Amino acid sequence: MPPMDLELTDEQRLLKDSVDGLLARRYPDVVKTRVEMMKEPGGYSAAGWKEWADQGLLAIPFSEDDGGLDQGSVEMMIVGEAIGRTLALEPYLATVVLGGGALRHAGSAAQRQALVPAIADGSLTLALAHQEKQSRFDLFDVGVTAKPDGAGGFVIEGEKMVVLNGDSADKLIVSARVSGDRRAKDGIGLFLVDGKAAGVSRRGYPTQDGRRAADISFSSVKVGKDGILGESGQGLAALERTVDEAIAFLAAEAVGAMDVLHETTLDYLKTRKQFGVAIGSFQVLQHRSVDMFTALEQSKSILIYGTMMAGEDDALGRRKAMHAVKVQVGKAGRHIGQDAVQLHGGIGMTAEYKVSHYFKRLTMIDLAFGNADHHLRELARLGGLIEASKPAA
Amino acid sequence: MDLRFSPEELAFRDEVRTFFRTEVPLSIRRKVIEGRELTREDIVTSHKTLYKRGWATPGWAKEWGGTGWSPIQFYMFGEEMQLNGVPAPVGFNVTMHGPVLIQFGTEAQKKHHLPRIAACDDFWCQGFSEPGSGSDLASLKTTAVRQGDHYIVNGQKIWTTLAQYADWIFCLVRTDPNAPKKQLGISYLMIDMKTPGISHRPIVTMDGTREINEVFFDNVKVPVENLVGEEGKGWDCAKYLLGNERTGIARVGTSKMRVARIKELARIVPSGAGSLMDDPQFAEKVAMVEVELKALEMTQLRIISDDRKSGRGGKPNPASSILKIKGSELQQATTELLMEIAGPLALPYVRQDADEPGHNEGEVGVDWALPTAPQYFNNRKVSIYGGTNEIQHNIIAKAVLGF
Repeated sequence: MPPMDLELTDEQRLLKDSVDGLLARRYPDVVKTRVEMMKEPGGYSAAGWKEWADQGLLAIPFSEDDGGLDQGSVEMMIVGEAIGRTLALEPYLATVVLGGGALRHAGSAAQRQALVPAIADGSLTLALAHQEKQSRFDLFDVGVTAKPDGAGGFVIEGEKMVVLNGDSADKLIVSARVSGDRRAKDGIGLFLVDGKAAGVSRRGYPTQDGRRAADISFSSVKVGKDGILGESGQGLAALERTVDEAIAFLAAEAVGAMDVLHETTLDYLKTRKQFGVAIGSFQVLQHRSVDMFTALEQSKSILIYGTMMAGEDDALGRRKAMHAVKVQVGKAGRHIGQDAVQLHGGIGMTAEYKVSHYFKRLTMIDLAFGNADHHLRELARLGGLIEASKPAA
Repeated sequence: MDLRFSPEELAFRDEVRTFFRTEVPLSIRRKVIEGRELTREDIVTSHKTLYKRGWATPGWAKEWGGTGWSPIQFYMFGEEMQLNGVPAPVGFNVTMHGPVLIQFGTEAQKKHHLPRIAACDDFWCQGFSEPGSGSDLASLKTTAVRQGDHYIVNGQKIWTTLAQYADWIFCLVRTDPNAPKKQLGISYLMIDMKTPGISHRPIVTMDGTREINEVFFDNVKVPVENLVGEEGKGWDCAKYLLGNERTGIARVGTSKMRVARIKELARIVPSGAGSLMDDPQFAEKVAMVEVELKALEMTQLRIISDDRKSGRGGKPNPASSILKIKGSELQQATTELLMEIAGPLALPYVRQDADEPGHNEGEVGVDWALPTAPQYFNNRKVSIYGGTNEIQHNIIAKAVLGF
């Protein structure tokens, strides 16, 4: 076993160079590129997506048997950070992390082998249709129903909301209740539904952070046997695992975005002149900048922890770690985002300058899959990270 | 990237842990864990126990008794020491003056002093701050005037921790009042506390302890051979000393130990129908500390991982600059939570000194709760000493962010 090592391997370094290179090329000017891409049908460039596929990025977390690269959370972190630095709009989170995650954790070998090659070559996009109007951050709160159709399949009925990239995804992975009350932990099934299937109605829209999502209604949508992912009614564990991986991924994205905001703000403080001097000569602003730096470094640190724990099989340990990660990153994201806008002053408020774009993305990352308050509450409820000492130790 | 330690590293951790738990008296370790005051004897006993094992001065050069440990071993040693409530070897000896002597001292000084420093045969204290020189240390006014083979030292030091226990003091003194820069007129002197003309007076802090002192120098004769480094170059020694503390300064192990203690105690304290630990608001405060502590622990490991790659003494990871700020904040947060657990039971003011108000005959209050308020009050110091957190902000702004 190698001793503790927090460095990237040579292969990982190559991957980082390749992802950073691709995104730097595709997003030469973050704001201009985004504005252009938002005009495209799915809110991103299909040609660009193909480049992601060509570099093997869409195959990263899938096993080799299924047609993937069998890489782990460190590789995903590298991609996440690069997306965070450039605010890339491609549906990586929706397709590879969320849809791909649900497929990896719930799908049968046959289902995986049927879909992964298409995901990897960029010809198939996914979306995880899970969020509902009332469910907020509770993954087990599922009101959409799936009733047996008598022929081994199911019929899906109900509404999903804010499905990330749900407007353009080729296939949806839909969580639906096969038994029990709306908030029961048992009885949640996962179903693979074609985005254009009869009875699926999608209303797509842009999100606050320049991405796209959809509200989707399911009206007597038929799913055959081959569209049932995993054991019927036992979908929650796979969902939780998928969301844990998504949290680690979003943490990487957040760190990338925070890094840019910190650098950009630092640069601004050193160049913007008022009262005849650079405003960075004022101690109060220097200290604000140091606090941003501290929050960033602490976030980079907890990201390493989250990345290591994202692959952990023990669900409780993994969950607690992700709670901690999301708390730190959520709080730091708010802090760095708000201060970046504040220290830029008026220009920080504008839509045409990049600071607001990063700020908005960080804000939405906090609201996704549980904000800092939610995860702090959950971490506390589970007893935290450190064991109590024994009396008279 | 791999967070797992090697079998050799894990074996080392076990060895250290077992040693701490079996060789350092439980009566002393419990005082640390419970937040009670240590006597001079406690501190020296613990120091000498480590010394006998060869572990009092692990960071020193090997020829002077260092262990040559890897960064991971240093990390594990410090963490286990703190988790198990082992008082650290006297810092003034081991992490401050000793390394300065090794770096700047003459052979004679090293041969005479280093073995006594390492064994804690001499207890050292630090004479840096003065009434008019806190954060602006280089403005210090204590003078040392050369007269033949001696310096004549006059002036006053303040906030001198444990001067009452000390045999020797290392001091910054002004040898050249006319130097072109205030830093250039400063020298580093070793002074025997028994020298005529030295007196000290305790400053009682708000927790009721007598940890810090004023030290007065009235025509104190110090032999010239007690000058460390060159005359006028004392500021280099001071900078070296202050920069020497790296990852240990965060005291992550101490804060972890306190979180474990918080959870132990909050479970026995009732709140509403359950215990205080069942109170979501309290539990969330604890969880928040744990999150930040985990991040700080990882920050430490990042620095260690970097150190190992570049070797000690390489360019420090910029993240190391946040250890003091975050570490002190968490030490304060944990002591604050411990006091909140005690609630009204934190109120009784109990002193051993019979001449003080608050000296009580017989037992009062609840034993575990009594140290919590003093410990909280006392820990306000950790964001002040060694360069206040505001000075730390200035340092990061300049050295890391390039303002």
